[in-house]
Amino acid sequence: MSSYLLAIGTRKGLFLATSQDRKAWSIERAPLASDEVYAVGIDTRRATPRLLASSVSNHWGPSVAHSDDLGKSWQEPEQAPVRYPEWTGSALKRVWQLQPGRDSEPDVVWAGAEPGALFRSDDGGVSFELIDGLWNHPQRAKWMPGGGGLCLHTVLPHPTDPQRITVAVSTGGVYQTTDGGTSWSPSNQGIRADFRPGPAPEFGQCVHKVAMHPGAPDQLFAQNHGGVYRSDDGGRQWASIADGLPSDFGFPMVAHPHRPGSVYVFPLAGDFDRRPPEERARVYRTDDAGASWQPLSHGLPQEGFHPAVLRDSMCTDGGTPAGMYFGTRSGAVFASSDEGESWHELARYLPDVLSVRAAVLD
Amino acid sequence: MGQVTVRVPGALREFSGGERQVVVDVPAGDPSVAAVLDLLSRSHPALERRIRDETGALREHVNVFVGSDNVRDLDRLSTVIPAGAELIVLPAVSGG
Repeated sequence: MSSYLLAIGTRKGLFLATSQDRKAWSIERAPLASDEVYAVGIDTRRATPRLLASSVSNHWGPSVAHSDDLGKSWQEPEQAPVRYPEWTGSALKRVWQLQPGRDSEPDVVWAGAEPGALFRSDDGGVSFELIDGLWNHPQRAKWMPGGGGLCLHTVLPHPTDPQRITVAVSTGGVYQTTDGGTSWSPSNQGIRADFRPGPAPEFGQCVHKVAMHPGAPDQLFAQNHGGVYRSDDGGRQWASIADGLPSDFGFPMVAHPHRPGSVYVFPLAGDFDRRPPEERARVYRTDDAGASWQPLSHGLPQEGFHPAVLRDSMCTDGGTPAGMYFGTRSGAVFASSDEGESWHELARYLPDVLSVRAAVLD
Repeated sequence: MGQVTVRVPGALREFSGGERQVVVDVPAGDPSVAAVLDLLSRSHPALERRIRDETGALREHVNVFVGSDNVRDLDRLSTVIPAGAELIVLPAVSGG
């Protein structure tokens, strides 16, 4: 019988929810400090899944911890797990993304960091090294921090080609490498940047999240700071798929785990009204790569709903049917065991939710 | 050779083996705060990196006192620690 794990990173620590049926859940607070948990990872490539958590203490700074007993105990190395080399003159503010690598590289874990940098671990997420090629990109000096900081928040390793990786930076845009990280190119053609005058730039777009289905790695989906896009050529060219959504503003973009062309977003009214349109909690899903969108609201609050959902606060568990989850800035978590068709409240009164990740455990 | 005692706040004692203080052996002469923290980074790296970031800067919401004086009011990390004085690490008032 399968069991399900949902890791909920909040502004005041990490919470772990477990269930046998994705209906009844038990929630425990993980024995980590009461820090901001901006990124969580569940690495299911190991015999026992490894949990990863990025925490930031307002006093003591950032760190990354890992657990090999499903969150009962946590470890971190003596030396800083993510550390900017001295020659960069920079210091880690926070890790925004902890992304397990390809199945063929079971010890590789990627970390997206602030200020805008990519790190790679070859020991399963215990310690990381800076990817120099991206840090040394001449355009990096012109990247501008978004409201949350200059964060590298998305890492998408190509599922079969170890030389190809897509990352996204707010605000720098989408960047890609085809040589394993030595060189990088901006991949933002067709994406507008309403917050600056003139034609769309080569880079500098404020991308909020990018998603890819491993079965269709050349089809990418992006939720931007104003704009929802799809690329069918691996990121070289993007086209709007926002028609049919109540707003093109939002943060998450989640790929369905089994169906290429099916993705989920959580629209907000706009840049200057970051609340769900009409004060209704609605997830939107497309099953035709953005040609049409369906609101998914059964079981969700449909009046007086004000909180936003942040970029990493929506996820799938990869199950069949796919379980979907999102957490709000008001500390509620909603879950669906039927691909978003119906929802129930899994938790309330948590601290504001910054990140969620889920997995099916055997 | 001399020694400087570093007082560890309760929140960081998991990184000092539960001890309330760590004694750092220092070269002859009065060392600077930075020099003591450099030595602390070798013996207790997980403790030291919660006091300074990897550029060597004191974390914004951490205060370090030499005796009763905040080093931010003195010569910051270049402040010299007189013989017999202790280094006291405390969290600043911060957060929400």
